[in-house]
Amino acid sequence: MSNTPEDLKYVSSHEWIRDDGDGTVTVGITHFAQEQLGDVVFVELPEVGTEVEAEQEIAVVESVKAASDIYAPIPGRIVAINEELVDAPETVNSDPYGEAWFFKMEISDSSVLDDLMDAEAYAAICE
Amino acid sequence: MAKRTALYAKHLEANGKMVDFGGWDMPVNYGSQIQEHNAVRTKAGMFDVSHMTIVDIRGQDAKDYLQKLLANDVDKLKDTGKALYSGMLNQSGGVIDDLIVYRMDGWYRTVVNCATREKDLEWMTAHAKGFDISLTERPELAMIAVQGPQAIDIVKQVKPQAADLISGLKIFMGQPQSGWFFARTGYTGEDGLEIMIPEEEAAAFWQTLIDAGVQPAGLGARDTLRLEAGMNLYGNDMDENTSPLVAGMGWTIAWKPEERDFIGREALEEEKASGVAMKQVGLVLEGRGVMRSHQKVVVEGVGEGEVTSGTFSPTLQCSIAMARVPADTGDTAQVDLRGKLTDVRVIRLPFVRNGQKQFD
Repeated sequence: MSNTPEDLKYVSSHEWIRDDGDGTVTVGITHFAQEQLGDVVFVELPEVGTEVEAEQEIAVVESVKAASDIYAPIPGRIVAINEELVDAPETVNSDPYGEAWFFKMEISDSSVLDDLMDAEAYAAICE
Repeated sequence: MAKRTALYAKHLEANGKMVDFGGWDMPVNYGSQIQEHNAVRTKAGMFDVSHMTIVDIRGQDAKDYLQKLLANDVDKLKDTGKALYSGMLNQSGGVIDDLIVYRMDGWYRTVVNCATREKDLEWMTAHAKGFDISLTERPELAMIAVQGPQAIDIVKQVKPQAADLISGLKIFMGQPQSGWFFARTGYTGEDGLEIMIPEEEAAAFWQTLIDAGVQPAGLGARDTLRLEAGMNLYGNDMDENTSPLVAGMGWTIAWKPEERDFIGREALEEEKASGVAMKQVGLVLEGRGVMRSHQKVVVEGVGEGEVTSGTFSPTLQCSIAMARVPADTGDTAQVDLRGKLTDVRVIRLPFVRNGQKQFD
């Protein structure tokens, strides 16, 4: 598994964004982020329907070591959350880009995705 | 550049995630801290603790010196090999460091913390004046802590020449053998050994332990294990501004004989006479969330305290913490968890010993 998949977009607060191609995006935290956090033991997710601004704190991930806020990477509305993650927070460590997605957002303007980092740019800030 | 122990290459080989710890490059985990923690509770794990400072004290006044220097009394050590846990206090009764002292054959061996090494040595040297003693640091010794229910059996198996010596060790005892030193001590709440080894032999011994199935464990697991065991971490749970009386270390103060004038005694006697205001307790959060050090503890109608160490307990599957709270605190309190006052239970430490939960 690549540590920074090529088909995703990234923000400097270590969330990844997948364009679902239907006006929604899926958001999670990166391999680098989960590695920094260590074993994840709790995840708190936002409520479906919440309108969020970019960089707004909307979720929390707690590891044995520390609590960390999760930010909305772009503006939009939360349309789905991964409730299974609440019962299996360790998935954040084992499969950060797959099973451990956090939430899906509906976005009004998909051009904002163009301003986000690609895999190469994100990998560079994790050096 | 950070210092490296004799096991540095072994840590990299085992995929250790290295971090700076008191000026040393040490592994915080080798993948999963929880898995390492569980290995120690159920089988056997090992920690590189070579960064800790070993100081040997020799000379005809060694005993008198330690009776002045330490709040606990080395006169309790009736047999060679017996060990004692003690605080080393300043004049105002604050804890300069906590340490273990072993009585050897005519001399003493102490193990102090790595982060406090310089000030400890300075203090120990300054107070050696007038005593016929020598202080010798032993940086050429590596140290591996092998801990867990299977730890002792495995060490006896891979080091058969020490098997008899190890079998003769009672809990909290240590003995030397051909340049090595085996002590039945630890910082996990499990049975096990802390083994001092000439550093050139350390990597090979580490490897034989890996081959025998012992799980390397990092600083992360070391912290969750000691917290479950209710053991203090210097700098978190006590420091120079903390009296042992409020840090759960009352049992380490040897008040008798009354004429033994250890450093800090006068201050502690005054504190005791005027009433000790705070106490150390354990907190258990049965719901979601994790308590962290420095969070505020609120005890309704009584007062406020502070979390000194908090974490998620892999054994109990919930958050636990050590805290300093008003002496009149009962069975419940609240902790300010990221702005939210949350109900917690107050218990007597420890949380876990020998793999078993210690409270109802």
